Amino acid sequence: MFQGYTAAELTSIFAMQGFAGLSLFSVFVLMALGLAIIFGQMGVINMAHGEFMILGAYVTYLTSNFFSEHLSSMFSLYFFVAMILAFIAAALLGALVEWVLIRHLYRRPLDTLLATWGLSLILQQGYRTIFGAREVGVTLPDWLMGSYAITDMIEVPVNGLFVMCLTILITIGVYLVMQKSRLGKQTRAVVQNRAMAGAVGINTEKVDRFTFALGCGIAGIAGSAFTMIGSTGPTAGQLYIVDTFLVVVFGGASNLLGTVASAFTISQAQSTMEFFLSGSMAKVLTLLTVVGILMLRPQGLFTLKIRS
Amino acid sequence: MINAQKNFALSIEGLTVSFDGFKAVNDLSLYVEEQEIRVIIGPNGAGKTTVLDLICGKTRATSGSIKFKGHELTRMKEAHIVQQGVGRKFQNPSIYEDLTVFENLEISYPKGRSVFGSLLFRRDDVVKDKIQEVSDVIFLGDMLDSPADLLSHGQKQWLEIGMLLIQDPELLMLDEPVAGMSVAERKQTAELLNRITEDRSVLVVEHDMQFVEDIAHRVTVMHQGKVLSEGSMEHVKADEKVIEVYLGH
Amino acid sequence: MKKLQDFTRNPDAVSFAVLAIVLVFILPTVLEIFRLNLVGKYLTYAYVAIGLVLSWGLGGILSLGQGVFFGLGGYCLAMFLKLEASSPENTAIQSTPGIPDFMDWNQLTALPWFWEPFHSFGFTLFAVIAVPVIFALIIGVAMFKRRVGGVYFAIITQAIAAIMTILIIGQQGYTGGVNGITDLRTLHGWDIRTDEAKYFFYYLNVALLFLVLLVACWITKSKLGRILVAMREREDRVRFSGYDVSNFKIFVFCVAAAFSAIGGAMFTLQVGFMSPSFVGIVPSIEMVIFAAVGGRHSIIGVVYGTLLVNWAKTTFSESFPELWLFAMGALFIGVVMAFPNGLAGLYTSYVKPLIGSIRPLLKERARLYETPDKGGPDMLNRGTAQ
Repeated sequence: MFQGYTAAELTSIFAMQGFAGLSLFSVFVLMALGLAIIFGQMGVINMAHGEFMILGAYVTYLTSNFFSEHLSSMFSLYFFVAMILAFIAAALLGALVEWVLIRHLYRRPLDTLLATWGLSLILQQGYRTIFGAREVGVTLPDWLMGSYAITDMIEVPVNGLFVMCLTILITIGVYLVMQKSRLGKQTRAVVQNRAMAGAVGINTEKVDRFTFALGCGIAGIAGSAFTMIGSTGPTAGQLYIVDTFLVVVFGGASNLLGTVASAFTISQAQSTMEFFLSGSMAKVLTLLTVVGILMLRPQGLFTLKIRS
Repeated sequence: MINAQKNFALSIEGLTVSFDGFKAVNDLSLYVEEQEIRVIIGPNGAGKTTVLDLICGKTRATSGSIKFKGHELTRMKEAHIVQQGVGRKFQNPSIYEDLTVFENLEISYPKGRSVFGSLLFRRDDVVKDKIQEVSDVIFLGDMLDSPADLLSHGQKQWLEIGMLLIQDPELLMLDEPVAGMSVAERKQTAELLNRITEDRSVLVVEHDMQFVEDIAHRVTVMHQGKVLSEGSMEHVKADEKVIEVYLGH
Repeated sequence: MKKLQDFTRNPDAVSFAVLAIVLVFILPTVLEIFRLNLVGKYLTYAYVAIGLVLSWGLGGILSLGQGVFFGLGGYCLAMFLKLEASSPENTAIQSTPGIPDFMDWNQLTALPWFWEPFHSFGFTLFAVIAVPVIFALIIGVAMFKRRVGGVYFAIITQAIAAIMTILIIGQQGYTGGVNGITDLRTLHGWDIRTDEAKYFFYYLNVALLFLVLLVACWITKSKLGRILVAMREREDRVRFSGYDVSNFKIFVFCVAAAFSAIGGAMFTLQVGFMSPSFVGIVPSIEMVIFAAVGGRHSIIGVVYGTLLVNWAKTTFSESFPELWLFAMGALFIGVVMAFPNGLAGLYTSYVKPLIGSIRPLLKERARLYETPDKGGPDMLNRGTAQ
């Protein structure tokens, strides 16, 4: 597939596609981060994670509309407000879902998978009823448009760069919360030994709700980032759920750095191949490679050997 | 040593396993004679259960050898090890709660172990008689139809022992068989073990010293992945290293 | 009389008989052919659901990619029918006559090599089962030999369903793309679109369904069935009782794939086309919910479950299309949270005790005519009477 390109051309193609894949990378990381936290903590697979992301995207869309109508002077700042609102909305919905649904299904991971799938159907239809079936897009503020030209041939889109920086900040933030904060320590204690954590006075139910809400909230932020690479529709989230699961599993499910590395690998592979093949074949090849590697190395690429 | 090896049912030599650098079992050697009841004792974390895991193939050794009747077990598949005649009881009673006592025992009956063998397996009189016989031995003869989750903790332990018994293993490994049992049940279990161990070698991990004294031919004391002392119960009880480990400094 | 009594005392025989009466006599009498054909279509999903009872209900292996096997079976048969419909005479107006129309539209000028064997009906029948089973075998060996299970397996099978759909849609020239393989007309010159053919395929479908049910029943009752249950609970205990656990998982996964494939092939015959919309993530997980609603442990229950959910789906989408997804979502949540054993569970906990309270009365009457009973069903005989 590389015939007919010179080495210089190939280099710049790879670089361009690499930078173009940054937004996809960010969405993957943020989605996978939330999913991995929830899975690692409770063994729950949240099939409605894509719909939490789309909630964030709709919130971003609403915020952008609000700013352009009422606060057009501050339009350039709307994205920050939107992100915070997206986080809050998704986290609140997450906490509610945990309380109504998830907490009754611990220890039944396969059932949770089905129940959250049901939730995703309800959310999709809910979005369709509220926002209509048509996909909506947001207007980016001027400063996020355009691109930096590094060389004659290589240009970097500003929004991709911005979202990536943001993603890195959020990832570090999540890491710090999990490692340093009281709640984070309690969370890790519950992961390691739920019964013992309960016995020493940690409110495990509260910790579960916090974790689930946090994971969903991050998905909401992913939704904000998502508005930059795709248009928002009721079923747009579903397209990402499989990819995100593969990112999580590929990254080894339990470690943050692995998740980031695997999101990077998958998004870059897909983005680069899209230049040479049709979009669908690029996706097939990426997924197939990931599934193939997982069959050879089911524990994921980036895991340490641990005592069983 | 080399001459005597013929009589060993199980010989473990230089066995080591390390988890991320931590050596749970460290250069361990252990010989069990035919028809011997050997009990492994030791403080928590000494590596007792890991030794059983290594023998039955649940954990893979980093180095060393485990020979059973002259066959090397360290590279063998779990199912194959069982077919060689090694039976293993887990620490917590590991039985099938959704099945009846009869079905629990039937699954352990050593016929129809392949996919198609199990599909064509017939529950004939030989099978039924054998199951009845074993269930009588483990005091569950009149409970064959009960779902296993209705059994008491002690009965579940017996059921799992029965599941091993029906396999007729030449080496029987029991991990804390009387843990969580009442005093009466312990006595009953000791009798049970003395009865069923006639034709086989037995390797038991146990904390209950009274029980150990009741059944053990020889005792191996483990500490930090190594053998600390070995011999009769009187011998190890008198061993100063053992006293120090158990009583602390 | 005695035989009849034995029969009524065997709950499986009774539920088989009831289902047979419903499918063979009642539905064909009360439904017009259009609706009956619809029932036939629903029943093709029941094959998948029965497969799921074995793999998921018994063995605890949840596959979210059963649509792949359904689709493979369906596509294999559709390829044969499409080739028959694309004879050079029928396709004379194409720029390359003799190849399927969608290939012509996609500028293909020759039949791809993997289409060639599907000229043969014998090969097609073989492929309907063999292709999906070999595919399942590869997935099964790769996953189960490495002890991948639980949610990981579910997710990987879901990813495979996604890949398969994208692949079929992307390779229009070879697969008919998003429309699938359509416009199937005849089987050995016999028009499959007539009412007569539809009746024939309905009964063929029901007959095959019962064949599959019998095989499933046999597996459930065999020692293999109990080993699967044991494995679901204590995989290690089974392994250390001398079984190669992965072989059992591979086997049951392949059986489920074969069942799904038969369903797919019957779908193609009755509906007259096959498309990627029956392969992907959404149809695959819907098939799981058919099984869950019917009761994941009951092979007969899932047939009713499949019929019920699909009937509801058709009714809802005819009158309140926007409510259907809400209802479907609620169904997923409700079944999992409130009725994990589905319809079959409701039957055993509510209907059966009712029947049980009537039964002694019947027995009393029977006793007037018969010699005394020789005791109730003997535990030891359970499972030998297959």
